Amino acid sequence: MKRILAILLENEPGSLSRIVGLFSQRAYNIDSLTVGTTDDKTLSRITITTHGDDRVVEQITKQVNKLVDVLKVLDLTEVSHVERELLMVKVYARNETTRAAITRVSDVFGGTIIDMGKQSYTIQMSSSSDKIENFLKMLCHESDLIEVVRSGSVGIGRGDKALRN
Amino acid sequence: MNEQYNGSELVVKALKNLDVQFIFGYPGGSVLDLYDALFEQSDIEHVLVRHEQAATHMADGYARATGKTGVVLATSGPGATNCITGIATAYMDSIPMVVLSGQVPSNLIGDDAFQETDIVGCSRPIVKHSFNCRNAEEIPTILAKAFYLAASGRPGPVVVELPKDVLNPQLKFKYDMPKQLEMRTYNPNTKGHSKQIKKAVEAILRAKKLVIYSGGGVILSNTSQKLTELVEKLNAPITNTLMGLGGISGNHPNFIGMLGMHGSLEANKAMANADVILALGARFDDRVTNNVSKFCPNAKIVHVDVDPTSISKTIQAHIPVVGCLDTVIDQILESINNSSIGIDRGAQEAWWNNITSWRAQNCLNFDTETDKLKPQTVIQRLYDITNGDAYVTSDVGQHQMFAAQYYPFKKPRQWINSGGLGTMGFGLPAAMGVKVAFPDNEVVCVTGDGSIQMNIQELSTCLQYGLNVKVVSLNNRSLGMVRQWQDMLYDGRHSSSYMESLPDFVALAESYGHVGIRVDHPDELDKALEHAFSINDRLVFLDIRVDEKEHVYPMQIKHGAIDEMWLKKGVKA
Repeated sequence: MKRILAILLENEPGSLSRIVGLFSQRAYNIDSLTVGTTDDKTLSRITITTHGDDRVVEQITKQVNKLVDVLKVLDLTEVSHVERELLMVKVYARNETTRAAITRVSDVFGGTIIDMGKQSYTIQMSSSSDKIENFLKMLCHESDLIEVVRSGSVGIGRGDKALRN
Repeated sequence: MNEQYNGSELVVKALKNLDVQFIFGYPGGSVLDLYDALFEQSDIEHVLVRHEQAATHMADGYARATGKTGVVLATSGPGATNCITGIATAYMDSIPMVVLSGQVPSNLIGDDAFQETDIVGCSRPIVKHSFNCRNAEEIPTILAKAFYLAASGRPGPVVVELPKDVLNPQLKFKYDMPKQLEMRTYNPNTKGHSKQIKKAVEAILRAKKLVIYSGGGVILSNTSQKLTELVEKLNAPITNTLMGLGGISGNHPNFIGMLGMHGSLEANKAMANADVILALGARFDDRVTNNVSKFCPNAKIVHVDVDPTSISKTIQAHIPVVGCLDTVIDQILESINNSSIGIDRGAQEAWWNNITSWRAQNCLNFDTETDKLKPQTVIQRLYDITNGDAYVTSDVGQHQMFAAQYYPFKKPRQWINSGGLGTMGFGLPAAMGVKVAFPDNEVVCVTGDGSIQMNIQELSTCLQYGLNVKVVSLNNRSLGMVRQWQDMLYDGRHSSSYMESLPDFVALAESYGHVGIRVDHPDELDKALEHAFSINDRLVFLDIRVDEKEHVYPMQIKHGAIDEMWLKKGVKA
């Protein structure tokens, strides 16, 4: 089962490698990982999507929590949350029919064309990972993909509370 | 008031402030300034080893015997990487240790400079935490944090990397040691959750077949007395892990032996038949559980540990309690006193009758009707001649198991071995670390002809510092435990398990300036031991030629339940 872990940790050299190292050392899966600073510059926030049964995920959460640099860990999938991933996809757009079809699919999914080449469109979309998967599938019906770039998921809990509190 | 210190002096001053008395180390290019600062003072004694791995094991042995944090100092590159095995050993057994490693100057880091290694990266999976020190001003704070982390919560090794420019004697700074440490991300639990304590105590008091299973956590948290009080209050049988031996006296009537792979039949039977298991500071290691899918099917498991990751990692706990044993055992005792639930003494008597019948099988019996010298006999005689009071360290292999089985440890911290990592070469330097702390106590290293050669160069350090330990080498001319497995699981194909070119250990010990004694026959043993233990001003190396065919029994049967055991060759329990 897919899980999204939100991790707040000290923004210090080496703290990211401790997280990544922990996952490889204990043979846990990382499906995606994103990291960035927060409003508090001394803290970084990592979002990791992983999968595993309840026991594995419980152990992952505990192990991450045990790292000295880590302030807080939350399995977002256990609470009401919003998840977004950024996609940039470059597709062939060689003729008018294909261009129209691509634009139509992109519109349906809420994508934006952000660049074009002689024979290509680059589309940006931010959505849940599921929807991005679907969008790419539909896009493949209309044209050939040149390049796919995905940011990995970030997530935030719904409501007024912050992860930190 | 406004005195200024260079980086190296800051390290030394901070270490003094943190009550460090001994450093185990080896100098080299990147740490020469620090060695120069050590030379200028006499409060901290530096013990020069012959290989950095031994420095880590010495610091480790010192820490296990005293409860204080062991300190290692090594140079960058090979000095630091030589520490890796010792750091991993300490990590697996949760031993408080601070390793100060040199590093090339900051401006050369990343250039593949001479003797450069990313030691923080190399050691990352085997440390509790690590620090790269980038400014000399940070040294006191970083060291204060390192020592706090190493010793608190679940203890463990901490690595501090000190680049050469940070230790530069030309640059001076103020000494600023924080009065109070604030670490917002680190706050180890000490008290058990009161609801969980209540549930745990209910389960314990309602149990008809209770077993207490305690591990290294009892030793680390100094709760041996409280544990004994709990055992006596409940009149419960108690078993110890390899790491937990001495947590209760090995001679206590409620002690039913070590459990696990080479544990006693009664301990493993009691676990298998228990209805409630109270696990205290133990982690259901694979050398205890045997096949986890067959593990104690009828038992409700109460698991107390300071580290939440230890709980439900291999065996699902029914009642988890996170907290320091020191506090949690108090909470349990108090809750028992306040509880209205009475122990079913009838059920308990029946349970003890079961245990007595398992005990009556005398699983540690061995063949004494032989003219060969049995390793078990050596350990029994060793117990007698030391009155059971010696600090005993061991290496890894058959001799380690014989020591664990046949030397009942009376006190915590008396038995020192590499349980988690199983590091051959640990025993001698660990014994030296104990001797540094307790020069007037008898310290014995039980070893074998394989293990002792993994750090035998330290005999030289022993001479330099007068570390007069007793080395009791059970010499079976082979890698005994490897050979035992090859006998039992590989149809006797002894692939690379023979030592065909052993040195003359007596001559070797003598060449290092020590006393060497060789024992070939059983009737020489007592005299040799008496002679060895009458010598206090020299290191004595006993090269004892034991029966090379002996196996360690009992032994769990591979893939079986915890109590499925070989009692001797071809005989199942």
